[in-house]
Amino acid sequence: MEKKKSLWSEFTKGIIIENPVLRLMLGCCATLAVTTAASNAIGMGAATTFVLVCSNAVISLLRNVIPNKVRIPAFITVIAGFVTIVQMFIKAFSPALDTALGVFLPLIVVNCIILGRAEMFASKSKILPSIIDGLGMGVGFTAAMLAMGIIRELLGAGTVFGLPILSGFMEPIIIFLLPPGGFFVFGMLIALAGKLSAEGKAPEAMGCSHCPLAASCSKINEKKEGK
Amino acid sequence: MDAQTIRSLVAIFLAAILTENYVLNKFLGICPFLGVSKKLDTAFGMSCAVTVVMVIATAVTWPIYMYILVPNSLEYLQTLVFILVIAALVQLLETVLRKYMPPLYNSLGIYLPLITTNCAVLGVTMLVLEKGAADPSFGYVQSLVNAFGSGIGFLVAMLLFAGVRERLEDCDIPKTFQGLPITLVAASLVAVSFLGFNGVVDRLAG
Repeated sequence: MEKKKSLWSEFTKGIIIENPVLRLMLGCCATLAVTTAASNAIGMGAATTFVLVCSNAVISLLRNVIPNKVRIPAFITVIAGFVTIVQMFIKAFSPALDTALGVFLPLIVVNCIILGRAEMFASKSKILPSIIDGLGMGVGFTAAMLAMGIIRELLGAGTVFGLPILSGFMEPIIIFLLPPGGFFVFGMLIALAGKLSAEGKAPEAMGCSHCPLAASCSKINEKKEGK
Repeated sequence: MDAQTIRSLVAIFLAAILTENYVLNKFLGICPFLGVSKKLDTAFGMSCAVTVVMVIATAVTWPIYMYILVPNSLEYLQTLVFILVIAALVQLLETVLRKYMPPLYNSLGIYLPLITTNCAVLGVTMLVLEKGAADPSFGYVQSLVNAFGSGIGFLVAMLLFAGVRERLEDCDIPKTFQGLPITLVAASLVAVSFLGFNGVVDRLAG
């Protein structure tokens, strides 16, 4: 019972308390770029979740084999392998989604969520919690992107999942589909998530603690100070 | 090189900075844009390092794709090969700078480990190939100019935004919006101003 409960909390923490996009500020590029339509958000979320779960599982299994010094390149190779699989799969089964996501599909490989979870969680944990963690983070990422996608599609095109909702009520506000609208909606969502969270405010800025490369980076900073 | 070619290269360069700005228009490299743009000097150092890596990465990955992957029909390995090449390049650049140019290393080198996972760098190497596939006249030189322009565009966005953020520090902002939300709303306004450049570059080149 105890164990079940902790696995459940690994899952839910990614959706609410540690939502990768709205609380940890990871994977912002993809979130801003592909959320012009709700369906794109789901496709991107599903692709990222798949890569996240698979890479977390493999990295967790290999955590005692990979030497500490070359762990980042090793992680990137594992992740790139799974991204290639997803790319081929989507190209074969949903060419429309492939066109909509464009370059952001291969760019999943540098999505900080995946490398971040590999570095912070999977490389230190057993396989089952790692898979659950990947699943929770993936669902949290998808949920945040879906919220952005629905808001932007509704205001910018008057539709949700392609269904006309606002036609007749108001003119679509096209700027919500353009880059400025993406930044604006994202800012509003972060403010809302901050308000609802325990501290009652949004994160100040992206601290180094959340950066997947913080470890290698701080070492260099120490060197700079002459230690 | 005739006048027509030079004119088209200038157009590619300006388009990469203004209308196709990586940060404000394509949403690539948002993490450093939000994370590092707090101070003017770090923003400058980071952007210079990004520009250098973008140009070198494009210079190396373009021939690899065209002369190794395509003839052997291994295009599907693009993602894997490119990220490994970029990671190796960044490591190499860091070692060389540390050994031979310590002053430059101290100002630029410290940002290099962060650049491996910068999506703008991987993005530029892939987008120039996409452009080349759509337009046969977009070759190696055009790709390099595009990469350099993209880097400068990144620099322009970072510097502009560092200025905006320094002004934001003194403002009385509601508690809910302090920190990132107000930063993103400001980014939205900066992006609106960049929309105004649409069409300008076409007219300059045409």
